[in-house]
Amino acid sequence: MRLSEYPKGGKYGPFGGRYVPEILIPALEELEEAYLALRDDPDFRAQLTRYLREYAGRPTPLYFARNLTRYAGGAKIYLKREDLLHGGAHKLNNALGQALLAKRMGKRRLIAETGAGQHGTATAIAGAVVGLEVEIYMGALDAERQRMNLFRMELLGAKVNLVDSGTKTLKDAINEALRDWATNVRDTHYLIGSVVGPHPYPMMVRDFQSVIGREIRDQVLAAEGRLPDLLVACVGGGSNAMGTFYPFADEEQVGLLGAEGGGEGERHAASLARGTVGVLHGMRTYLLQDEWGQIAETYSIAPGLDYPAVGPEHALYRELGRAEYVAVTDAEALSAFRLLARLEGIIPALESAHAVHAAIQRAREMPRDAVVVVTLSGRGDKDLDLVLRASGEGPREGW
Amino acid sequence: MGWIRITEAFSAARSRGEGALVAYLMGGDPDPGASPTYIAALAEGGADVIEIGIPFSDPVADGPTIQAAGVRALRAGTTPETVLRIAAAVKRDAGVPLVLMGYYNPIIRFGEEAFCAAAAECGVDGLIVPDLPPEEAAPLEEAAGRHGLGLVFLVTPETRGDRARDIAAHTRGFLYLVSRYGTTGERRGLPPDIMGLIGRIRGATDLPLAVGFGISRPEHVRAVLACGADGAVVGSRLVREVGVGSPPEALRRLMRELKAATRR
Ligand SMILES: Cc1ncc(COP(=O)(O)O)c(C=O)c1O
Repeated sequence: MRLSEYPKGGKYGPFGGRYVPEILIPALEELEEAYLALRDDPDFRAQLTRYLREYAGRPTPLYFARNLTRYAGGAKIYLKREDLLHGGAHKLNNALGQALLAKRMGKRRLIAETGAGQHGTATAIAGAVVGLEVEIYMGALDAERQRMNLFRMELLGAKVNLVDSGTKTLKDAINEALRDWATNVRDTHYLIGSVVGPHPYPMMVRDFQSVIGREIRDQVLAAEGRLPDLLVACVGGGSNAMGTFYPFADEEQVGLLGAEGGGEGERHAASLARGTVGVLHGMRTYLLQDEWGQIAETYSIAPGLDYPAVGPEHALYRELGRAEYVAVTDAEALSAFRLLARLEGIIPALESAHAVHAAIQRAREMPRDAVVVVTLSGRGDKDLDLVLRASGEGPREGW
Repeated sequence: MGWIRITEAFSAARSRGEGALVAYLMGGDPDPGASPTYIAALAEGGADVIEIGIPFSDPVADGPTIQAAGVRALRAGTTPETVLRIAAAVKRDAGVPLVLMGYYNPIIRFGEEAFCAAAAECGVDGLIVPDLPPEEAAPLEEAAGRHGLGLVFLVTPETRGDRARDIAAHTRGFLYLVSRYGTTGERRGLPPDIMGLIGRIRGATDLPLAVGFGISRPEHVRAVLACGADGAVVGSRLVREVGVGSPPEALRRLMRELKAATRR
């Protein structure tokens, strides 16, 4: 079976599935049916394409990063500029797709979880433009870390609920969104923000994000006349990475590299690089858990990577050795963040900075005619506060 | 075979002219030392079947009351092994059928086979795993079957008739009817369509049928039994007492009131 043919029966080999309370099963069946019917519907595709083009700003550029390439001293490094998408991150590709789908399914209300606030913002944007009520769940700790995004979501008309349970981060926001969905499943669509959760979410979110990889293919072919040697993306839940990888899944000569949140010391969020298999949020996948199967507290400086699980399709790619996943530390990501700002005039999201670091390391060891593409999943404006605090400096010193 | 004891508890209640009262507490709440006394109080107050929760860090099917109980139990150091020990102690003293209710991941971590073996050894008769629908349940179902444990699945107001029949075919012990949308937790009243719902599911199975989620008052118990259920499950109402520091005696009293409402 070719990799691109997964999922089969909602599974990615041993991963994926639908591990949810019974109350949600009919909704997942209904969603799968509606999605499969609309996926190939010319009218729906045209509508989504129109929104992506005229509203969100697609296609995003593929930029040859000459200065970064010279700095690394190896392969040519290209940046896929999802940071230029409306809303400041790749999240809108998926949010628009699902919002249009929900509208056609006759749902009245969207709910979503958010970690960094990027997916919450994208959902608020999509809800506003498509005309659906939006309610967002955000961990109280994350809200503290990303105050501006909280304000942004409210400006866009979303109601934001702070989640005080558990570790007060993304995983708890997902728990609370699942509870809301179980209560309001008849008129509400749960707009999951990454390639995680029960089937059909990992497949559906991957498909909506695959516009990234499809554009990369056309753009690299135009610029280089051949396919890239290596694709690099950061992995939180794994949506920008899967959107980048999937259109190349069956082309073994294209290397795939995912960068997870390596945090600092023993505290990290590297589910694929250092986790074990289990079940969380409706899927069987790699998790960070303790010896009793309690979900572990994770940590990364990048809120969007601070999640103890990962999409099941990545788990399969890891298992088969199709993709490689590395843990990039806070310190490495911070230095890549500063480096890209200074060398290329681009301030990346802290999440994306993890991918930039991994790409530099790899490009260094590759020949000069090799081609590396890094997906820059978002822009760093949301992170200025965090970086300032992490550096322990005033804004004028040491920059 | 453990699950037969559950079914027999329902028949025994029926032959006494009563509905079955299924009572839930979180294992290890408020701490592993005090927990067996609280759970024993359920039996002393008249529980026909007892459910013991296994605390989990991410309980998506539970409302605030049971979430808080899980946090208390985990903070006090409760593990699945602790809950098994508590179950063994309760079984020794009270002898009522026991069902463990816990999320799937800790069971996977323990190992399905090892977990079912240990549970049967401790006198457990059945398991409820709220995030494990029948489609995904084969590994646990086989392990449970080997050790005589019944897997109790849930049906809900969203479950269509054909699916309800499939679910019932996988279920041993009793069928758990979730009476409403949402999570566990106390509610003022029952959903308006409860009679139709019970009637519809009643028609899909010969298993004993117990209604839960939101059942917290004697009049709720009376109402679901009058609508044709064989039993009622009370959880959050009991857990709340442990949470506010009531003594086991308060639970015994509360249970007697709820149990009285099962007499037809
Ligand atoms: C800019 C950015 N990149 C990456 C991520 C991680 O998500 P995913 O792995 O699904 O792409 C997030 C999540 O919030 C994000 O905001």
